[in-house]
Amino acid sequence: MLRAALLFPLFFLALLSAPFTARAAMEIEVVGGAANKIAIALLPFGAAQNQPVPSLAQIVGDDLKRSGQFAFLDTGGTPPPADIARVNAGVWRSQGAEAVVVGQVVALPGGRFEVKFRLLDAVKQTQLAGFSYTITAGQWRTTAHQIADIIYEKLTGTRGAFSSRIAYVQKQGKRFELKVADADGQNPRTVVRSGEPLISPAFSPDGTSLVYVSFEDKKPIVYVQSLRDGGRRKAAAFKGSNSAPAWAPDGKRLAVVLTRDQASQIYLINVDGSGLTRLTRGGNIDTEPVFSPDGQTLYFTSDRGGSPQIYRVSASGGEPKRLSFNGSYNVSPTVSPDGRYLAYIGREGGRFRVVLQDLANGQTRVLTDSARDESPSFAPNGQSVLYATVQGGRGVLGTVSLDGKTRARLSESGVDAREPDWGP
Amino acid sequence: MNKILGALLLALTLSACSTTGKETTVEDRTSSGATQSAANGTPAGTGTETSGLGAESATGSSLDGSGKYAGDPRKDPASPLSKRSVYFDFDSFVVKDEFSPVLEAHAAYLVSKRESRVILQGNADERGSREYNLALGQKRAEAVRKALMVLGVTDAQLEAVSFGEEKPRDEADTEAAYAENRRVDVVYGDE
Repeated sequence: MLRAALLFPLFFLALLSAPFTARAAMEIEVVGGAANKIAIALLPFGAAQNQPVPSLAQIVGDDLKRSGQFAFLDTGGTPPPADIARVNAGVWRSQGAEAVVVGQVVALPGGRFEVKFRLLDAVKQTQLAGFSYTITAGQWRTTAHQIADIIYEKLTGTRGAFSSRIAYVQKQGKRFELKVADADGQNPRTVVRSGEPLISPAFSPDGTSLVYVSFEDKKPIVYVQSLRDGGRRKAAAFKGSNSAPAWAPDGKRLAVVLTRDQASQIYLINVDGSGLTRLTRGGNIDTEPVFSPDGQTLYFTSDRGGSPQIYRVSASGGEPKRLSFNGSYNVSPTVSPDGRYLAYIGREGGRFRVVLQDLANGQTRVLTDSARDESPSFAPNGQSVLYATVQGGRGVLGTVSLDGKTRARLSESGVDAREPDWGP
Repeated sequence: MNKILGALLLALTLSACSTTGKETTVEDRTSSGATQSAANGTPAGTGTETSGLGAESATGSSLDGSGKYAGDPRKDPASPLSKRSVYFDFDSFVVKDEFSPVLEAHAAYLVSKRESRVILQGNADERGSREYNLALGQKRAEAVRKALMVLGVTDAQLEAVSFGEEKPRDEADTEAAYAENRRVDVVYGDE
């Protein structure tokens, strides 16, 4: 919306300027130029005594920066506005800003805070959004993510995904922990601990449950666990291996991979474990199913053609159709929320990287420049992809924008993280 | 040889120690103040913590007067029965010819002792998809199972399972380690 109205030259912007550079824990790498980025002046928020750290503006700035869709003016040394209701956006307009963000935090009795922020159109010098929150210190980061979501949606026309959550598995020595964290990798909370491997977590469509695979009974078994009370049950525990669970969009059915009939094949089953039906047939490997957003199609990995490739099959069965043709190893498909794109892992020259494929015309684009990428997962707004990779011998989580130009590392250093899923 | 057995015993010991700790719950905070679904701290899951006894102490191998091996034939270092691993190429589940003597020896033993049971544990190296590697490990174990059945072992004596890339014998990030981890282990139920 604002985008279309503004075509101001951005060449003199000081990109990625000092006040909002990422903390050491998070690294953001910008591969491409600043073309098509929306220029924002994100001013320091007026601070209250004893407010949590980092500041709201820092968290908001990191969120927006990770999306790769914004360029930040150098606001270093600028004091917070004395009155956020009276800000001269024209000053920032003259420096190239398309939008200005101002905010203020005031301490309230009982350890609470009043947070106000305003998003201004620097060209029209009008307010695009203005909100006030009364929060506890524990709601600090959540509030920052909500502010980032509002700014993102107002300026791009697409809803933000900063308030969403991710799940991943962390390995420490011989211990495995399934964790749920904020979309920026912060605020991690452990939901399962085990001395045996945990793999393939996936959020239910409503975000209230996780399905995952645990090896705690000496073989892979699929569990569904409530994130509200931690209660869980076995969703698939048949003879042989039970793995690769995927939610149907209605949240009532799962696709799973079983070896009960010897080869790894895809089955559909109700979340309560009833109504098992076999979807694929053959003696080859069929695994890693994922539903299309309309629930009519499943994408999966199969070696039926002699090497692992991505296929699709109707949810009602029938003959699968091959979709990936580059190289001899394409695995782990995931589909964008609008159903237009697949992301998967492709091997080329011995490197495993995230590939984006347009389902309409089959065109592909390699999004990453690493060598050991795994487990891609789209943001709930479809604008970036979360994946696992290896850096310095350890598993780390990263996000990459759909144009491949902005990559961010999420996980804290010293943590061996893998198997991420991006939830609602 | 002893190194391999030792690794096997270690793997068995490790897999016998399972701990599923008490899970914590996830808080879902919203700052709008309208909807708050907070954690209630209810422990969930079984919360069981078990530990196995692990491997028994080392089994001696007795030599009779002639110096001929007189212990369990499966532990005779001179016998192909003492070899318990079948190795595979990258992304392959083809049992290579060089492992025929090993499989023939195990098949002959299993045919002569119909009460004997083995678990065939398939493994994969750490590169690529964990789920695909789980399926690949299963396919490798199945390939060994079928090879043994062709040699007369009955279906009831064999179980094929996969650990995928989750239980690497060698955790190094080298080609040699990858090769070591692309294998099927023949594990006897009575050992």
